[in-house]
Amino acid sequence: MDAITIEHVSKRFHNTRTGAEMTVLDDVSLTVRENDFLCLLGPSGCGKSTLLNMLAGFEQPSTGTVLVAGEPVTRPGAERGMVFQQPTLMPWLPVWENVAFYLRLKGANRAARRAAAQTYIDMVGLTGFENHHPSELSGGMNQRVGIARVLLMNPRVILMDEPFGALDEQTKMEMHSELVRIWQRHRGTVVFVTHGIDEALTLGTHVALMSARPGRIDALLALDLDRPRDVTSPRFNDYKRFILSRLRGEAAALPSVTSDQTMATEAVLS
Amino acid sequence: MSSATVVQTSRVSAPGRRPVGGRLLRLVVPVLLLVIWEWFSRSGVLPRALLPPPSDVFAAWGDWIFAYSGDAQSYSGTWAFDAAASGLRVAGGFGLAAIVGIGLGIAIGWSRIAEATIEPTLQVLRPIPPVSWIPMAIIWFGIANKPAIFLVFLGAFFPILMNTILGVRLCDRNLVRAGTMMGGSNAQLLRLVVVPACLPSIFAGLRIGIGSAWMLTVTAEMVAVKSGLGYVLWDSYNFFRFDLVIAAMGSIGLLGFLSDLAIKGVMGRVLRWQKGMTVQGGGR
Repeated sequence: MDAITIEHVSKRFHNTRTGAEMTVLDDVSLTVRENDFLCLLGPSGCGKSTLLNMLAGFEQPSTGTVLVAGEPVTRPGAERGMVFQQPTLMPWLPVWENVAFYLRLKGANRAARRAAAQTYIDMVGLTGFENHHPSELSGGMNQRVGIARVLLMNPRVILMDEPFGALDEQTKMEMHSELVRIWQRHRGTVVFVTHGIDEALTLGTHVALMSARPGRIDALLALDLDRPRDVTSPRFNDYKRFILSRLRGEAAALPSVTSDQTMATEAVLS
Repeated sequence: MSSATVVQTSRVSAPGRRPVGGRLLRLVVPVLLLVIWEWFSRSGVLPRALLPPPSDVFAAWGDWIFAYSGDAQSYSGTWAFDAAASGLRVAGGFGLAAIVGIGLGIAIGWSRIAEATIEPTLQVLRPIPPVSWIPMAIIWFGIANKPAIFLVFLGAFFPILMNTILGVRLCDRNLVRAGTMMGGSNAQLLRLVVVPACLPSIFAGLRIGIGSAWMLTVTAEMVAVKSGLGYVLWDSYNFFRFDLVIAAMGSIGLLGFLSDLAIKGVMGRVLRWQKGMTVQGGGR
């Protein structure tokens, strides 16, 4: 079964002040298979965050359907874990209580929460910071807490909304390799929103390239790149060149892809 | 202690730590004021009875507390009783205001329905100065504790209410979103996310509220009650015992300060998470 099915989804906002109608997403269709790591890549205003919020259940499509594990999404729920742009941790709780907050909502006792939290705190490399408060940690460390919190929920889908956007380049690279390591070990379906081409190509098994106003899926790439990804490799740069030219609005092809039949890359134009 | 010692101590103290001289420096202005006041009162510019020197005030205050000289006359040794009477009124009215103010504040901040049904009425009542309720309070509750507690309640209720509402409204919506993402019900989000998030505002309201509480206790005691520090103050004024008047003023200030300190203490414990400092890097 597909982990995520998005069928003919459109989203229109009505501006009450000007009376104008704005189309944020225009007839978007997309499927994500189990254990895929899909990066939604696009410029600001292409509706990628709106699409993610629909998967989370924070927003509803104007038309079309959003299915996660075959079920239509109607509201937020713990089977769809989200890592937000900002860490969004409860500032009054120590790291371990933040990680185990889901279990608190489930009514688990303190000992069970503490034990469960430790596994995921170790997994994201925050061992020793269990009793620190978010205000005592750096931005990157807080995002790790946000990731651990979602991993503990063991959701069907992990949604990530530019989680590393506010981090410096060095920390971002560290977080990338860490995230890939966790994803490889943990398995699971990830949808990752970003406007960074390198980030998308470093992380994803697939990249959905979106265009803005109205938001559409411009191309869907299945990446055939070895891990760990080498950002200086010719193939990596072929993908990058292709994406850049699509973003500039040029009619581009993937030269190496069309010539190299071993690459299972498809450029689907919608 | 000589000033040379002070300078030396502050010079050798570790950087970042408050120099010992800082504590002594705080005493300079009050001590100077007391000395000038004492000198001025004894100089005879004003009759000593109208501006008693600090020494007279402390003598009267001491007798009011410990009853060793009879200087405070009928109030000799009654201080503890008077302070307790005022303190209980403050505690009663303030406690009631805290319960109702925080409860209603959370409801109004969280629920549109509660906001629409309750808030307009409260906003109309809010600008009426609590003191202007005194006649009605006396008519309704007579001359005793009840009108005082009612006034204290009015004075403390609105700051607590307004700050709680503000706290809930300013509560980071993303935290609530994170809570719903983890499957929290509305009741859980309110209890586990919204209330802890607005505790800083609630405490700000409580601290303003305790100030108004003392203000209104004293006012009520001057008019509608026959006991407590405010009553002693007013009664002493009628007998031209300005040393006792000033001693009562000092007592009220002291108790107000101590009750604020108590709230600050609780706040410091509850909001310990706010004091965190950033530790950059070192994440693994």
